[in-house]
Amino acid sequence: MSINTIPPELPDPDNPAASGLATVTHVPQTDEAVATGLLPAGKPRSTFRRGLEVFLENRLAVSGVIIFAFMLLFCFVGPLVYHTNQLRVNFTDEFIPPGGSHLLGTDASGFDVLGRLMIAGQVSLEVGIAAALLATVVGVLWGAVAGYFGGVVDASLMRCVDAMLSIPTLFLAIVVVSLVTPSKPILILVIALTSWLTTSRLVRGEALSLRTRDYVQAMKVMGGGSTRAVLRHIAPNAIGTIMVNATFQVADAIALIVALSYLGLGIRPPQTDWGAMLSDGIQYVNDGYWWLIFPVGFAIVLVITAAIFIGEGLRDAVEVRLQRR
Amino acid sequence: MAPLLQIEDLHTEIRLRSATVYALDGVSLTVEAGECVGIVGESGCGKTMTALSIMQLLPPGGHITGGQITLGGQVISSLDDNGMRHVRGNEVGMIFQDPMTSLNPTMTIGDQIAETVLLHRGVNKEAGLARAVEVLGLVGMPRPAERIKSYPHQLSGGMRQRVMIAMALACEPKLLIADEPTTALDVTIQKQILELIDDLRKRLGMAVILVTHDLGVIAGRADRAAVMYAGRVVETTSTLRLFGNPRHPYTEALFGALPEKAADSSERLYSIPGLPPDLSSPPPGCKFAPRCRYVQDSCRQTEPALEGNSWDHAYRCFFPVGRIEDGARAAGLTVTEAMPEAGAAAARPDGGNGVLLRADHLVKNFAVTAGAVLQRKIGEVSAVADVSLSIRPGQTFGMVGESGCGKTTVGRLIAGLEKANSGAIMLDGEDLVRLSTRERRQRSQKIQLMFQDSYASMDPRMRVGPILREPLAIHRVGSKREQQAKIAAMLDEVGLPRAAVERYPHEFSGGQRQRLGLARALILSPKLLVADEPVSALDVSIQAQILNLMQDLQQDLGLTYLFISHDLSVVRYLSDTIGVMYLGKMVELGPADDVYFNPVHPYTKGLIDTIPIADPAVERATVQKGVAGELPSAINPPSGCRFRTRCPYAQEICAEEEPPLRPFTAAGHVAACHFPLRQAEAAAAAVAP
Repeated sequence: MSINTIPPELPDPDNPAASGLATVTHVPQTDEAVATGLLPAGKPRSTFRRGLEVFLENRLAVSGVIIFAFMLLFCFVGPLVYHTNQLRVNFTDEFIPPGGSHLLGTDASGFDVLGRLMIAGQVSLEVGIAAALLATVVGVLWGAVAGYFGGVVDASLMRCVDAMLSIPTLFLAIVVVSLVTPSKPILILVIALTSWLTTSRLVRGEALSLRTRDYVQAMKVMGGGSTRAVLRHIAPNAIGTIMVNATFQVADAIALIVALSYLGLGIRPPQTDWGAMLSDGIQYVNDGYWWLIFPVGFAIVLVITAAIFIGEGLRDAVEVRLQRR
Repeated sequence: MAPLLQIEDLHTEIRLRSATVYALDGVSLTVEAGECVGIVGESGCGKTMTALSIMQLLPPGGHITGGQITLGGQVISSLDDNGMRHVRGNEVGMIFQDPMTSLNPTMTIGDQIAETVLLHRGVNKEAGLARAVEVLGLVGMPRPAERIKSYPHQLSGGMRQRVMIAMALACEPKLLIADEPTTALDVTIQKQILELIDDLRKRLGMAVILVTHDLGVIAGRADRAAVMYAGRVVETTSTLRLFGNPRHPYTEALFGALPEKAADSSERLYSIPGLPPDLSSPPPGCKFAPRCRYVQDSCRQTEPALEGNSWDHAYRCFFPVGRIEDGARAAGLTVTEAMPEAGAAAARPDGGNGVLLRADHLVKNFAVTAGAVLQRKIGEVSAVADVSLSIRPGQTFGMVGESGCGKTTVGRLIAGLEKANSGAIMLDGEDLVRLSTRERRQRSQKIQLMFQDSYASMDPRMRVGPILREPLAIHRVGSKREQQAKIAAMLDEVGLPRAAVERYPHEFSGGQRQRLGLARALILSPKLLVADEPVSALDVSIQAQILNLMQDLQQDLGLTYLFISHDLSVVRYLSDTIGVMYLGKMVELGPADDVYFNPVHPYTKGLIDTIPIADPAVERATVQKGVAGELPSAINPPSGCRFRTRCPYAQEICAEEEPPLRPFTAAGHVAACHFPLRQAEAAAAAVAP
């Protein structure tokens, strides 16, 4: 009996006897198979579902998601609800302590601090997230090419990365920002430029190891080519690691944009961001105007910690070896 | 006198996040001073847990919940960590399976051995190192005084295991626990290490607990043996009696599953159906009942106790098999169901003189490079050197040898994963070596490869359906409906339910995954299936299932196998022709039984002698030589005959002249040796080319 000779007019696949394909032994079908232990009980669970379960069991990760979502709502939906004047300087209202009409008080120019926190957060989050995405895309492409092709290509691409890594990030950012006037797109480019390096190293390592996995080898024995290897096996299996890295990149990028603006190299007034707010507040550190420093500092810490929690949770979920039963 | 180690009714549990695994459930065991006790069973049956419980080195969440362990009159199961530190390494030494991961790669071996002595004996560093040299000499390490400055990576696997033994012995323990001490090693090295442990036991008068899955290892070394199943001791008695007259059906089934017990491949192996129970929710009654062929209704309700004096013969079974012994109660059942009858396998179609695949003078060298950018070539590993073989249609060609002998590389050359440096692989009148990459890819339908680790060879993110469909999709075979029908038919063939297509590979057990691997390899209807160690990661009972399945499929589909394994008994069972490889060379090739029973080459003979036979009489009676020493480096292979460095008959000519393969029988038994173990038959001279 051979399966080489499946007749062209295909019989009902559910009826092996009619198809002339005798089974070697009786094979129990679904229900019976589960009962006799031939099939695992329960619903089939994909790696994605298992990962999701692990992620949802991680309380820190879930709270990270909640905090991050809250901060996004706060910055982008908040101004629609909480209307404040953030354009006209009003010195009569300067340094009003929190309470009453100004929940978090006002700053030296008479701007409402809570409202300012919202619009400043928009810039910080936009630049941070966009820069992290850009850095991830560039890093993934660079690393994947180096790792998959290997040899001379790998060596030359990675030596470029090594050279760039030897320049301190902040120094590079300062040089670029002092050459051109910082605007949002420029800031995104600058931060992405300095943060794609670690991603590319990570992805290169991943590609190197995935390339030699048995299932890629198995596919080659079947006669499949490089395109199939990359699209069907290497990319889907690397995506988890990339996602984790992208999350950490967001945290890093937000920290970097805050640092740049704190040094006065960030976005220019009248626009502002959290780093600039912090920088303004620091001038009055001896005057007791605590509401100029603490709320914005708290917002920065909250967003970065939330991103790191999400990243940690994702890493546990993606890394099969860390998945406990 | 009280026994050295007494384990009474030991219960060990492992708490996981969502369940508790009852790893050990009422294990009792005694070990007398100077005695070797074997613990045998399949993976997950609690052998290692017993060893770790004694040492209190349980994995996270694991703890002893009941019972008591007494060592030399002292109860050690209730000791705290401080108390145990005095026991571990001092009174009880332990050897683990993988010597590479158990040694610290950043410390010299001398320092590591001395560390144990410093901790327990409170001596100074010099005395510790002196002791290290002493024990290294004891375990047969050449030039121990120089070797103590070596790092673990500078030693071979066998030598590392000797270092582990030396560490365990440094404080002269009363008890040595060897947990699968040779599983990660080659058979030739396995024999050397087992002999060393045996010898040390006699010389130092210590007791040994030998934990292993290999019945052959127990047969030759242990005085008494305990068979474990599902966290319980199911049978315990003297080794001779256990092998002569097993009473528990599980023990009997384990013996039945051994391929060396079968006369030849026409005889089916007894395979234990199903899987061991999940120990987080064990079934009521006898734990073996779901897989037992003598099962009665009462077995499923109540669990039998371990009956009989453990010195005599004790077993957990209501209806024991085997002969009734003095003092044992009458067996309640006459066994009507015999071992499954031998398959109706008549002689396999010979395929006449036709040859499906012929490999001629295959050579494969791997470059050894240094430097990141320039990749300077600093040497070559001669992985396959001038290997020729031919495989007839419908037959099985078995290839054996130690790891590093090049057998896997030959398989990968034939499967097209590597390109040969020179030589030819002829299939259907085409030389596969000379085809372009694209053309070779199209031919991959004809030759498929089955991997050792099926799990690693399947994309963990894909369901079984897409995994099985991938080969069909690559070669654009049939419409989607035809492909589905073919997948369903293939799942039937390998004995898996069709609903499996919805599942992920990780949901299956090892044996089932190997069935999936087989299904995927066969779905393109290849002419030749290269099976690279397909059963070496499996337990004996599951191994028997897969071997039987491979036999059935060969008969049903007329398949041809190239079966690669380090296990000569499996290869002999399955193969029509055996090829023995040594360091990239084919040293002997011929009909399976002729090679196995009348080997010509000293290496083949040595390899056969090193196989542990599951028969204490055979294993103890003969003083077999085995193969001394270790495989030399393939970067600078020895001149002349590559085996000469380990060959007992080597003479000058062996270093100067490479022996050619020459025929010894008319049936095509050839070997490459200057001093063969038997002379060529007269008829062979006539067929000599």
